[in-house]
Amino acid sequence: MEYLIHIAIIISIYSILSLGLNLILGYTGQLSLTHAAFFGIGAYAIAIGETKFHLNFFLALLIGIVVAGLLAIIIGIFLGRFRRDIYALASLGTNVILFSIFLNWTNLTRGPLGIPGIRRPEIFGFIFQSNFSFLLLCAFFSYLTYTILHRLLKTPFGLTLKAIREDEDVLSSFGYKVKTIKTTAFVISAIFTAIAGRLLASYITFIDPSTFDFNESIYFLSVVIIGGLADLRGSILGTIILVILPEALRFLGLPSDLAANLRQILYGLALIMMILFRPQGFLGKYKM
Amino acid sequence: MNALTTTKLTKHFAGTKALDELCLEFEHRKITGLIGPNGSGKTTLINIISNFLQADSGEYTIHEDAKLNSDLSQTNQPKFSRTFQNVRLFDQMTVLDNIILVLNDKNFTNLFVNDNRLEKKATNILKKIGLRESAHKLAGELSYGQRKLLEIGRVLASNSQLILLDEPFAGLFPQMIETVKKHINTLKLHGKTVILIEHNIQLIRELCDRVTVLNCGKSLASGETTTTLSQPEVLGAYLGK
Repeated sequence: MEYLIHIAIIISIYSILSLGLNLILGYTGQLSLTHAAFFGIGAYAIAIGETKFHLNFFLALLIGIVVAGLLAIIIGIFLGRFRRDIYALASLGTNVILFSIFLNWTNLTRGPLGIPGIRRPEIFGFIFQSNFSFLLLCAFFSYLTYTILHRLLKTPFGLTLKAIREDEDVLSSFGYKVKTIKTTAFVISAIFTAIAGRLLASYITFIDPSTFDFNESIYFLSVVIIGGLADLRGSILGTIILVILPEALRFLGLPSDLAANLRQILYGLALIMMILFRPQGFLGKYKM
Repeated sequence: MNALTTTKLTKHFAGTKALDELCLEFEHRKITGLIGPNGSGKTTLINIISNFLQADSGEYTIHEDAKLNSDLSQTNQPKFSRTFQNVRLFDQMTVLDNIILVLNDKNFTNLFVNDNRLEKKATNILKKIGLRESAHKLAGELSYGQRKLLEIGRVLASNSQLILLDEPFAGLFPQMIETVKKHINTLKLHGKTVILIEHNIQLIRELCDRVTVLNCGKSLASGETTTTLSQPEVLGAYLGK
């Protein structure tokens, strides 16, 4: 049972991330490779806030949202200058820079040693210590993310995101402030990604930079593309598939290092198969 | 006052002068035909006016018509609305959404508020252009002629005073040509200024109050339609007579 709860927690946390990423990748059509860094910013905000400044989880969460939001505004404005493949390259460069900061600003992040001893969230004296209670917390955040994004996408703002994906020059000629809309979508997406990072840090109680490198961005992309571009349910389905798929390797009795490599191969294969046979993903509306 | 003036507008493409210090004036509430051989700079001019291209030098000014109370600034509507030589729709969005995007209030903060009246307005426009039955189809699923009509629908939905139409009749069969003609005349009736790029001189004669003839990025002639089209240099350079 504990194992199943663990899987459900991981699915809930990564659902938040993939829902947020779908906003920028699926709906707005911007191939962001920088989201692993925002996952990291969220995780480090909690880890540093709790271990160095002894902040409560929810206060650290709030500060993390503000930090991630401000950074996302700067990075979003910078990335908003680019399109398509150049956008992807610029976002990759941003991820590399932020990863280097996690790795080398040792006074703050302890670099490759990572930060251990991150506590579980506490509210009004109740500590989410058991995995089941933590699952409920993660499921709540996942549901909240889905609901907020679902409502947001029903507004004219949601419509403009899809139009940016199609032809941002034409949309701009209608009088819309396209760069502001793109930056806003990026900030919203980054904030949800940071929330997911915060929950992961609290769950595994230890973080180091390796969790937030470029490979993770590729994994996040795979989740959204396989589940379905521009479909929120697709994000959840993609998360379920890509969390459960490598778990199957556990039952094959493979050595752990081989299983870890096979996991990466599986993600790559799944991505290639989808692009070849169903480029819009399982539930998606748009093709890559 | 004129609706649009250009002053010494110049644009180069890899050594070729598409516009050569072009000075033009377009009158308010008139349909002006913009004609000229291929490569004479017609589309380049429209692309610069609608911010799809930057001019190398020179300037242009769009003057709002004080007689038309169109509240452009209140909803951040652009001063112009245009169609494209090669139709540019949001293909993976519905026909209805293509129109609603034009009708929306463009002020950023209002993008987070739904206005339920827009769907009805958009449906009325689709009814006018004969696409009501296709409202929930994807724009990419429409036929070529229907796609051209949807672009006209977007122009009708806009509140802009200056309308730029780039070959709206190209590739249309006769019945659709009549429909588009009717809508262009409606724009004029509503006091809009229309600049119409068209190669079919018969349509230019039927629709336009004035004509401007471009050749090699310069203005060859400009004035009332019948007079301009009968000028010897226009007959020689463009009509091959």
